[in-house]
Amino acid sequence: MKKKILIDMKMIRKASVRSLSMLNPLTLVKNPVMFVVEAGSVLTTAMTIYALIQHNGEQLFTATISVWLWLTIGFANFAEALAEIQGKAQAENLRSTRSDTVARLVTGDVVQEIPGNTLKKGDLFLVEPGDILPTDGEIVEGVASIDESAITGESAPVIREAGGDRSGVTGGTRVLAGKLKVMVSSNPGETFLDRMISLVEGATRQKSPNEIALTILLIGLTLIFLFVVAALPAFSAYAGVPSSPTVLIALLVCLIPTTIAGLLPAIGIAGIDRAFRANVIAKSGKAVEVAGDIDILLLDKTGTITFGNRQAVQLLPAEGVSEEEMARASWLSSLSDDTPEGKSIVTLATTRLPSSTPPEGLLSIPFTPETRMSGVDGPEGEIRKGADDAVQKYIGSAFPSAVSEIISKIAGSGGTPLVVTQNKKVMGVIHLKDVIKPGLKERFERLRKMGVTTVMVTGDNPLTARAIAQEAGLDDFVAQAKPEDKMQLIKKEQEKGRLVAMTGDGTNDAPSLAQADVALAMNSGTQAAKEAGNMVDLDSDPTKIIEVVEIGKQLLITRGALTTFSIANDVAKYFAILPAMFVVTYPQLRVLNVMNLATPVSAVTSAIIFNALIIPALIPLALKGVRYRPVGASALLRRNLLIYGLGGILVPFIGIKIIDMFLVMLHFT
Amino acid sequence: MKIARQSLMATLFLMFICGVVYPLAVTGMAHLVFSGQAEGSLVKNANNTVVGSSLIAQGFQSPRYFHPRPSAALTPDGSGPLPYDGAFSSPSNIGPDTKQEIKNVTDAANAYRQENHLPPGTPVPVDAVTASGSGLDPDISLENAFLQVPRVAEARKLNPETVRNLVMRIKDDPQFGFLGTARVNVLKLNMALDTLALKQN
Amino acid sequence: MIANDWIQILVSLGLIVLIAPLVGRYLAWIYQSSHLGVERKLYRLLGLDADREMGWKEYATTLVVSNGFFFVAGYLVLWAQGSLPLNPRHLPSLSPEVAFNTAASFVTNTNWQAYAGEAQLSNLSQMLAITFLMFVGANTGLASLVAIIRGFIREGTQTIGNFWADFFRFFIRAFLPLCFVMALVHAEQGTPQTLKTTVTARTLEGAQQTLVVGPVASLESLKNLGTNGGGFYNANGAHPYETPTPLTNTLEFLEMGVFTFSLPFFFGRMIGRPRQGQVFFVVIFALYLAGLGVIEYSEKMPNPLLAAAAVNQQTSPLLDGGNMEGKETRFGITQTSLFSNTTIAATTGAVDGAMDSMNPLAVLVYLVHMFLNEEPGGKGVGFAGLLKEAILAIFLAGLMVGRTPEFLGKKIESREIKLAALSLLVTPLLVLWLTGLSLVLPAGKSSIDNPGPHGFMEVLYAFASGNANNGSAMAGLNVSTPYYAIVIGLEMLLGRFLPLLPLLALAGSLARKKTHPENAGTFRTDTPLFVILLLGFMVLFAALTFFPPLILGPILEHLSLIHGIAF
Repeated sequence: MKKKILIDMKMIRKASVRSLSMLNPLTLVKNPVMFVVEAGSVLTTAMTIYALIQHNGEQLFTATISVWLWLTIGFANFAEALAEIQGKAQAENLRSTRSDTVARLVTGDVVQEIPGNTLKKGDLFLVEPGDILPTDGEIVEGVASIDESAITGESAPVIREAGGDRSGVTGGTRVLAGKLKVMVSSNPGETFLDRMISLVEGATRQKSPNEIALTILLIGLTLIFLFVVAALPAFSAYAGVPSSPTVLIALLVCLIPTTIAGLLPAIGIAGIDRAFRANVIAKSGKAVEVAGDIDILLLDKTGTITFGNRQAVQLLPAEGVSEEEMARASWLSSLSDDTPEGKSIVTLATTRLPSSTPPEGLLSIPFTPETRMSGVDGPEGEIRKGADDAVQKYIGSAFPSAVSEIISKIAGSGGTPLVVTQNKKVMGVIHLKDVIKPGLKERFERLRKMGVTTVMVTGDNPLTARAIAQEAGLDDFVAQAKPEDKMQLIKKEQEKGRLVAMTGDGTNDAPSLAQADVALAMNSGTQAAKEAGNMVDLDSDPTKIIEVVEIGKQLLITRGALTTFSIANDVAKYFAILPAMFVVTYPQLRVLNVMNLATPVSAVTSAIIFNALIIPALIPLALKGVRYRPVGASALLRRNLLIYGLGGILVPFIGIKIIDMFLVMLHFT
Repeated sequence: MKIARQSLMATLFLMFICGVVYPLAVTGMAHLVFSGQAEGSLVKNANNTVVGSSLIAQGFQSPRYFHPRPSAALTPDGSGPLPYDGAFSSPSNIGPDTKQEIKNVTDAANAYRQENHLPPGTPVPVDAVTASGSGLDPDISLENAFLQVPRVAEARKLNPETVRNLVMRIKDDPQFGFLGTARVNVLKLNMALDTLALKQN
Repeated sequence: MIANDWIQILVSLGLIVLIAPLVGRYLAWIYQSSHLGVERKLYRLLGLDADREMGWKEYATTLVVSNGFFFVAGYLVLWAQGSLPLNPRHLPSLSPEVAFNTAASFVTNTNWQAYAGEAQLSNLSQMLAITFLMFVGANTGLASLVAIIRGFIREGTQTIGNFWADFFRFFIRAFLPLCFVMALVHAEQGTPQTLKTTVTARTLEGAQQTLVVGPVASLESLKNLGTNGGGFYNANGAHPYETPTPLTNTLEFLEMGVFTFSLPFFFGRMIGRPRQGQVFFVVIFALYLAGLGVIEYSEKMPNPLLAAAAVNQQTSPLLDGGNMEGKETRFGITQTSLFSNTTIAATTGAVDGAMDSMNPLAVLVYLVHMFLNEEPGGKGVGFAGLLKEAILAIFLAGLMVGRTPEFLGKKIESREIKLAALSLLVTPLLVLWLTGLSLVLPAGKSSIDNPGPHGFMEVLYAFASGNANNGSAMAGLNVSTPYYAIVIGLEMLLGRFLPLLPLLALAGSLARKKTHPENAGTFRTDTPLFVILLLGFMVLFAALTFFPPLILGPILEHLSLIHGIAF
């Protein structure tokens, strides 16, 4: 799945066949610009037949124009078909992973085997190691490691367990170890896999708002050029210039924005496809597009910005305590502490100790909400560690000033101090720290240049939050946030007209995910989260949202750039066709033939050939997308205007001239 | 219905203010302060009869007078030419690249050279051979005036230098020294000529 | 060009650049302050609830219905002229079609004249129909712009202001007082202002000369300040009574420019972003200057076809050389170029020289100005058109920066594009098709005066002018025929209201939207880059739409002219 689907000959063949079937006017009417071209093609074809019967000397010219008009539609259809087929190939890949499975349905105490595809929402079923999950669901009981490579392409197994935020399982994945009882979360045909397949196949593809707006503009332009060309025979007649219907149709097709209209569907499909290749399933094209628009990105601290857990980074002994004594006390205090923090203390302390054989007769004292400390009782006495206020209460006297200093220093730097005591004597302070994922700072910088403000949401105190936000290069943070605060924040920002994106995986994230404009749910998350989000990241990587933002922007840029290019092309086409129409009657207009095209026939033919060929020439760009550079809007616009605006004016002058030279070589003049 | 009633009220009110009060107020005020201009800058002779307006060209034809620019003014009903009459002002509306324009200009240039006794091929100032925008242009260019000086001087048996000096005295410089062109008002110039003749007699 | 030409141009343009921002600020005050006492009394007198906020539909309805009443009132006066008082010459009523054309023309601020003023209208008609409609047409245009601007200012509301308040505020606080003052200045310079009709003079050579006078000055200031353009006389501003001196020519230039060039600054103040206003001014002024340069060049150019006739066309201290056909001596080429460029750009339509006798490149500029119709454009609607083009340009450009395009914090989405595109379609449709129709129909062709491409341009110009509500004409075309009177009459109404209504709807749609705060990813619209983008879009778009007729008209004529080919 993760592997790129490359375009091969087979796909091209398939696309060619498909593009023929798309010539059906009923299909084409959805693309009004191309529909006009088709009407023109039909007309010129009819005129060719008429010319052949009449032998009026126009046969070859009219036939040539009509062939190239048909090719213009063909190329446009081909672009769309190719994009669709690319998507389908990916869907095929997915479908092949889904095999018919047998599900063990649980009804009360009875277990019966039924075909997996008959499971309905709310049913309970059991799975054991080696089973392929028959459908999507929520784990009700059990823990298991699951191989999700069929969906994500990631070979490392993931843990899924009941309760909490990692309870969702996806149909098509395989249980490696552990037994699960799962409640079905979707009806047959509506599972995640089904939706993915239908999405990439384009069955549910709807035009996104921007695409609709652009289509309206293209229709407007088409109408205007229709007005222009329709009025031309009257002007010509008054000026005493004969007008050929073939040339008028050629002019119309050259002027209307066929290039962008031909590539528009492909651009949209390719956008969803690009997201898909990044292992993000967008529920609609709109979701991807809106991602390009977001102003604020809300990021959870834990798991997104930092690795899930704090880690011990320093063991600071109190005055009069040796480093080794401190290390040993820390080590002992955490031996029976199974939390990731505890384990990291053990790991760190071990490096400072000559031996790490635990003494006999240790009594583990677990963490309780009342004492808010943990530790051991043993031959070396009562060893405890805990937050400074809890420990202070426990020893019943103030810390030595040096220790207090260390504590406030650690807290000030955003870390968490844990005080270690041995028989109520302060041994020192363990410095626990959030570790920020590598590479984030650069990504946030990139986002800033795109105009996206990053906000970290954390339950930490403001001090810690500020330190982490600074270290990770975030723009802002919300400290001591409760889950409902996130919702408030989103609403507040939306009130100000901003678009908010967030990632989430937990059930308590679901309302916020639903409220946010762009919500990337983690595939490892709960079903509720996945339902609420408008995108799901199969890799469950919260920072993936950044890529999605870029894909969204790329989608819009590609549309804008190709539209600009398409319209700018018209200048050269005018300079090719209009002198050809008028110069015989008015030789003084010859100076307008700036490309010095050989004859009126070769000029019109060159323009229409260029107009057709530019579509396949731009297919790779449409599928790949115009590259997005986070350099600020003005710089980006200047660059794109230069390339696609100015370039769009100049390129056809060169292209048409070259085609004209070919035609002269072929004696088609 | 409410909108219609409001519109009707507004129409009546505005028609009264804009169509009656405003023009009458301007008329009253103008007559109070500068009645000469308000009446049309009329020029009267010694007998107090109106001989024209200093702003409107007259179709001088006699060699004793300076001649204005060609006029394309029309008869009151617009049906035919009536040059230099104020009832229907009009330009020629002839395009610059038409045979008609070439013919009009060539004919006018030839006639101009003939009446001013200029050798064939003498360049004629463009204002003398093109119809003005209103058909009532009261002015001619200085070059045009100077070319007419010998003819007028001869017809009036005056020293050309005297006539030339008169042109220099009557001419208008660009307003405030830079607005518009240097020119001479033909009616004023010709009246000055007549005054000069009276004095000399 | 001689030094004087440069000085005149620099002084005139300098004055505009100085005055426009101040007037923009004053206009913003007009619309940002509360009612004056006199206004309140007026609203009470006329039964207008001027505090009531209107949604776009109600605003548009009020605008259309009130204009309907204005139109009918004007029509009735012209249609009944023969039986109304103050008509000592016993001029007959206008024919129904010319009366329709004239009422449509003046209510739409076009001031297209299918009649000859001094020959066909009584003083009563000039006052009651013409002067009245001139005031209300201009006021309506400005009111609509104010409503459209509110779309950008407001947030989350259905309303875009009150039509009556917008209408009367400008009228009372700026328009009427300034017209009055300037009318007196015109009268001082020599423009008649009297209730008399004709004076018969006995010329020095003893011939009879009819001089037509009347309430000209009061119409003259209004004609230019309201960017109306309809003159008292057939020759319009070329008539020595309308524009007696070079100073009045310059004053009229300023009158045409004072409100129109101030609109971008007004806009900037209204939306609280003065810089945005300046940027729009630069766009407008750049197009204006480019036009002026071409016209001046074109009209100073000696006509090669006249070389054989031995005509001196060179400028010297004694002669203002160039194309003097249809121009007045006191203005010369430069004053006429300044005036004509302004009258077209500001869609006034007044002329101080014959447009039909201009060289082809000048006509090319006039046509492009009218196609664009927004640099600066007439009272309000021109600038509203510029905002529409800006929206479309920003839509394309905005996509290229990778965001849903925004303009002044308002997202531009399919509804906005639909309305802007709808408004954009009107000009090509009306101008191209009606021109084409008239070139085919005998009724259209028979009115054409000049041969060759110049004749083609006469028709194209007429429909460009009617659609743009400009009103100037290449007057050789006989437009008082029933065909042209009716077709252009309809075109003026459609050209006025068809693009305007979608823009009011657009304002309604924008007013509902949230204003989106800007960030680093937003494309800024108050930068030089935006100036280039908008200029590029406008020029490219106009060129693409009108390239074929421009080639068959002015370009063909120009190339013929320099090749010495006459028609």
